[in-house]
Amino acid sequence: MSSRRSRSRQSSSSGISDDQIIDLVSKLQQLLPEIRNRRSDKVSAAKVLQETCNYIRSLHQEVDDLSERLSELLANSDSAQADVIRNLLMQ
Amino acid sequence: MAPEDPVAMNPAPTPSLRTKISRRFLESLVKIRASLEQPTGGNIQRRARRIKIAAYSSMACAAGSRRAWSRALLAKLRSRAKRRHHSQHQRCLGLKRKRAGSRNMAPYKVSRANELRRLVPGGKAMDLCNLLEETSHFIQCLAAQVKVMQTIVDRCSV
Repeated sequence: MSSRRSRSRQSSSSGISDDQIIDLVSKLQQLLPEIRNRRSDKVSAAKVLQETCNYIRSLHQEVDDLSERLSELLANSDSAQADVIRNLLMQ
Repeated sequence: MAPEDPVAMNPAPTPSLRTKISRRFLESLVKIRASLEQPTGGNIQRRARRIKIAAYSSMACAAGSRRAWSRALLAKLRSRAKRRHHSQHQRCLGLKRKRAGSRNMAPYKVSRANELRRLVPGGKAMDLCNLLEETSHFIQCLAAQVKVMQTIVDRCSV
């Protein structure tokens, strides 16, 4: 009769099962630091996607900041180079 | 594609991934450090950009060519480098963003996914299933890259 909107059936036509998507979304959920800390199972898929976008953006921002700091460190100290080489040799 | 892949379920970046990233990233850093310049403000910014490019490139190389996002990222980095060397035209790489947004009628999942497509390299060409799969791997690698950079910064700023 009436469609149950709890699971969106939009993607059934392309051959992807809803269960697959739910699995993938929950897998993604485990990677997000915020949601993982909250220990709540009742996070909607939209929230997971939203948090994912936020998380990716924050990671990009961290890469930017760390690049700047590294650039300053490389410029300022010669001992930095020795440390870097030491790290490289210890891998 | 096993649904219960233990490696894929593990949220922590594997040590071999971080090792791969570290090695490549450190090699790039040594090269960048070797190109000695006066530490003026402009040079620091320029070097920061080179370091950032090195970060994404080491991350994508460490991920390997099996992943669509790493292939897309490497392709973007290469074409950007080529453009920088061959021509002075600074073409913006976000070319085709002016698509008619399907935000009106699409359910929330799809419109959120579109935003995700812009953030994940190569995301525009993927269906939702692949997009989610690639995103989780992308996040793991990006987080590992950040961890590596943070470790280096901590060690160098004693």
